[in-house]
Amino acid sequence: MRGQVVLQGLGKAFGDVAAVRDLSLEVRGGEFLTLLGPSGCGKTTLLRMIAGFESPDAGQILISGRDVTAQPPYERPVNTVFQQYALFPHRTVAGNVAFGLETQGRGKAQIGERVEKALEMVRLGGLGDRRPSQLSGGQQQRVALARAVVLEPEVLLLDEPMAALDLKLRQEMRVEVKNLQERLGITFVFVTHDQEEALVMSDRIAVMNRGRVEQVGPPEALYARPRTRFVADFLAVRNLLEATVVSVAFGMAALRTRGGASFQASDDGGYREGVTVWVGVRPERMSLVEAAGDGDNHLSGTLEDEIYLGDRTDWRVRVGEETLTVAESATVARARRRGEPVTVSFSPGAVLRLEDAEGEGR
Amino acid sequence: MTSRRAAMLLALPCLLALVALFVAPQALMFEFSLGRRSLYGGVIHQWSLDNYRRALQPLYLNILARSVGLALATTLLCLLLAYPVAYWLGRKAPPRARGALLVLVILPFWTSFLVRMYAWIFMLRTEGLVNTALGLAGLGPLNLLYNDAAVLLGQVYGELPFMILPLYASLEKLDPSLLEAAADLGAGPARALWRVTLPLSRPGIVAGSVLVFIPSLGAYLAPDLLGGARTVYMGNLIQSQFTFVRDAPFGAALSFLLSLVVLVLLVIFRRPLGEARSA
Repeated sequence: MRGQVVLQGLGKAFGDVAAVRDLSLEVRGGEFLTLLGPSGCGKTTLLRMIAGFESPDAGQILISGRDVTAQPPYERPVNTVFQQYALFPHRTVAGNVAFGLETQGRGKAQIGERVEKALEMVRLGGLGDRRPSQLSGGQQQRVALARAVVLEPEVLLLDEPMAALDLKLRQEMRVEVKNLQERLGITFVFVTHDQEEALVMSDRIAVMNRGRVEQVGPPEALYARPRTRFVADFLAVRNLLEATVVSVAFGMAALRTRGGASFQASDDGGYREGVTVWVGVRPERMSLVEAAGDGDNHLSGTLEDEIYLGDRTDWRVRVGEETLTVAESATVARARRRGEPVTVSFSPGAVLRLEDAEGEGR
Repeated sequence: MTSRRAAMLLALPCLLALVALFVAPQALMFEFSLGRRSLYGGVIHQWSLDNYRRALQPLYLNILARSVGLALATTLLCLLLAYPVAYWLGRKAPPRARGALLVLVILPFWTSFLVRMYAWIFMLRTEGLVNTALGLAGLGPLNLLYNDAAVLLGQVYGELPFMILPLYASLEKLDPSLLEAAADLGAGPARALWRVTLPLSRPGIVAGSVLVFIPSLGAYLAPDLLGGARTVYMGNLIQSQFTFVRDAPFGAALSFLLSLVVLVLLVIFRRPLGEARSA
């Protein structure tokens, strides 16, 4: 299928350091897939192997069903948007966009037409005569985008293309790039360490850790059900607790942390009595309540800190040995004093059971 | 205004050196060139343009043209030889070894050019190293010395480092992601070299060419020693005017004309040179 990327058992080491380890992943034709992970997780190395800049030590890469593992970059049906854009400083904007078409030996008229169309698509019409150095960072990024998509590649690779932009511009570009991808129908493989970027843009996200994919899925699925501690941590499940399963009964698991805090979790079938597990609760699934109510978990603690974020407030609450983060939206948050005793409430359904070791249970 | 005054103050030593070492000698030489030689090789300061009229005769113009030809050939050969070396030094050699390798490039400067020219004579003469080796192989001997090819060889040998260094500087800082971008956009190695590496190393090419071309224009040691003074180039002509012929005013006129040629060339190439400076 056109635009499909199949990675089979890919491995790549730099000296003693394994950057990518036995990694298999299928990118569907026409989808927007994000490789999400912290720096050093191997996401850029993986992208560079798909582009052909690095050759894998082991494994195979298939693009649209063809094995390209041994092909040099200039023969692969992919194009790349580089992190620092890598625009040719000796060429004009139009000259940059025309580079690939010239290489393909297209006629002058056709090149002119397609370059103009590509520049208009990224809203840079009329700037073709400028030098890249005369453009702003956001405009340079659009040139890089136009230069790559003008060749109508089967797969477009994007290596943290927004890392150098300021926040506001980055937020605009997210939507713009996503729209562009939908219009073109080209497979996008997008590398980022920004979870928000990944959630906004992707059809699917592959979370990477230490050279492997820890979890793949649509943003909603990943957000709702992170499978491992690493994925949960990376997707802002701020409250991670190590707890022992005291009992499992009637679809509920009773848990106790080392510090003695007890609470219930909805049993997803993975809790075993007497076993120590990691669980996570999102800050926004917790709240501060005045009185203990029905069925929910309640933990008493002391208010330690307030982090005011405008649209919400993050409260840091000390519960025994743990410090929990509770997010309250601005509409319900009220003034509290540091040191004040508070009760943290959350439903058993908000407790996520997490696997600990990397690659476990795959 | 203080910053402007500070700038002038900082430029002052340079300005003084330029006046003392360049402008003043040139002015002196120009004054000489308007005079006449005296019977015993002195200068009679009676101004006329006779020396220039004489210098523009076909005989001397031919020598000038030959010098320009030698300088062009030297520059071109240096460029062809230096580019792969500089490319390897700047882009392929292990970064930790680069310092030592650059020292090797400039190592010849530790020996006087004159001595190095004599070394070439020892290698190229009929009983020299090369012909001895050829003789052992049952070949030769070949006439390697005292011809135009030997002059060119000496020039290229002497000027090569001045081409390698600026080329190295511009190739070494070439962003490797630009070459990846070229490959990504479908350009094979040859096309990437032609469309990206070469244009981006143009400042180095221009700087190196100027550094090689100008001294080659006035070369006299290599023509004298390796050419056996059989073919006359501008450098030898000027030198002989000051020494053997003892016609300093005519020598000064020839020198001044040569400087003028360089100046005109620099003006013509000032745009690419400006790029070389800003890069």
